[in-house]
Amino acid sequence: MLLIWNRPGFTEELSEQERTALFGEVDEIMKELTETGELIGGQALANPSQTLTVRQVDGNPEILDGPFMESKEQFAGYLAVDCDSPQRAAEIAARWPDVRYGGAMEVRPIMDEAGTEM
Amino acid sequence: MTGDRTVEDLLRTFAPQVLGLLVRRYGQFDRCEDAVQEALLAAATQWPGQGVPDNPRAWLLTVATRRLTDEWRSESARRDREVAVARREPAYAGVAPAADAEPTVAADDDTLTLLFLCCHPALPGSAQVALTLRAVGGLSTAQIARAHLVPEATMSQRIRRAKQRIEAAGARFTMPGPAEREERLGTVLRVLYLIFNEGYTASSGPDLRRTELTGEAIRLTRILRGLLPDDGEVAGLLALMLLTDAHRAARVGPDGELVPLAEQDRARWDAAAIAEGIALITEALTWSPPGPYQLQAAIAAVHAEASTAAETDWPQIVALYRLLARIAPNPMVTLNQAVAVAMVDGPRAGLALLTPLDADERTAGHHRLAAVRAHLLELAGDVDAARAAYLAAARGTTSRPEQRYLEVRAARLTGQH
Repeated sequence: MLLIWNRPGFTEELSEQERTALFGEVDEIMKELTETGELIGGQALANPSQTLTVRQVDGNPEILDGPFMESKEQFAGYLAVDCDSPQRAAEIAARWPDVRYGGAMEVRPIMDEAGTEM
Repeated sequence: MTGDRTVEDLLRTFAPQVLGLLVRRYGQFDRCEDAVQEALLAAATQWPGQGVPDNPRAWLLTVATRRLTDEWRSESARRDREVAVARREPAYAGVAPAADAEPTVAADDDTLTLLFLCCHPALPGSAQVALTLRAVGGLSTAQIARAHLVPEATMSQRIRRAKQRIEAAGARFTMPGPAEREERLGTVLRVLYLIFNEGYTASSGPDLRRTELTGEAIRLTRILRGLLPDDGEVAGLLALMLLTDAHRAARVGPDGELVPLAEQDRARWDAAAIAEGIALITEALTWSPPGPYQLQAAIAAVHAEASTAAETDWPQIVALYRLLARIAPNPMVTLNQAVAVAMVDGPRAGLALLTPLDADERTAGHHRLAAVRAHLLELAGDVDAARAAYLAAARGTTSRPEQRYLEVRAARLTGQH
């Protein structure tokens, strides 16, 4: 699983040309991963302002508007890939354009239901 | 739905034979494979309602051939309009025999050649698996995708690229020579074992999709054994699969937790599969030089013969592992060997065997090494170290049932001083 973290609002600072180039780059990577059969799925998350946060307050769950984790980066979406090695996954992550704009990609294995006999 | 079951069995039996025959006649693995899939689809929709034709294989062959020739015809018609007359004559013209003519080469040979082709060394392992399941197993792309938990589009791309790579590698539909055949058979066995292991899931949920794969791996290995009855390793692999799969019902507890071999309720082991596996490996070892699959099957047979874990003939298992470590050295073999040695010579002797694995880049930091070490430390009574090792192993695994098992083991040791 490739978790996409980026700086909130970074696309607002981009010129139209830069933004088009970024979307094109994303399309290109997605197309390539579809062709290699490595793409399983992915979702982009809406702007953090759309967030609801559920938390327990005085023993009861409360639903609040907005994200409450103060961080420089927001969780922006994910990409699920099926590849031969973690190195290959990291290679894909390294090409994701958000990384160039101050974001980060977190590469984490997905838990499997299959087990080894011990 | 016995009717459907029969249709499916028929289709699975004939799929590799029809495909093998087409590829032998026309080459172009890629297109022949698509044509066969279309014929299978047509059969799957028509036969249950209209009844199975008298000669199902000839029916499939006719339909698949028609698809192929239709495609060629439309292509050549297009070319006719586009290119010069001199270059118009297609290379395949006139070579196609009647579609329902009986094959001149035994269908079995075609199945074997097909298996070797799908396990072509130019393909990555995941593609070998997918292609074997589709071309030899006759599974649909959707079924294969479901079993591998990936979207159908992903799997269909993987299969398409595998077919293209085979074409690009210039693979001919002929049986490789003796030396190459020996080498390729090793790949075929590995792919079949990989399919088996992918299906041998610990999940006991309502969705048993992956057991399709163990069943399929066993079925294909049975076919292979029918084709190569004189190969001891083929017999060994089949025995190993049967003896392993026999544990299936006992290896998962009521809450979906993994039950280790030593704690399994042996009454729930599949007695018929065990009897068949033991007979198979016992017989094979009388005439074949022991190979890695036979030795692993022999080890599984020794476990199966004991009525309780305590009664297991551990010295014999140690001897078999020693032999296995000599002919096929591998850190995973060493891990299992350490467990067996611990049962005979005590946990410290087993732990000593693990030490070199810390320096081996294949196992250093691997969760299986930590798990085995934890188990042996627990046997040795070193509670704190065992607990730390169980937790380290739990952090390292990507298997949910295994993680649960390891965390529970660690928790049991908490406060036990």
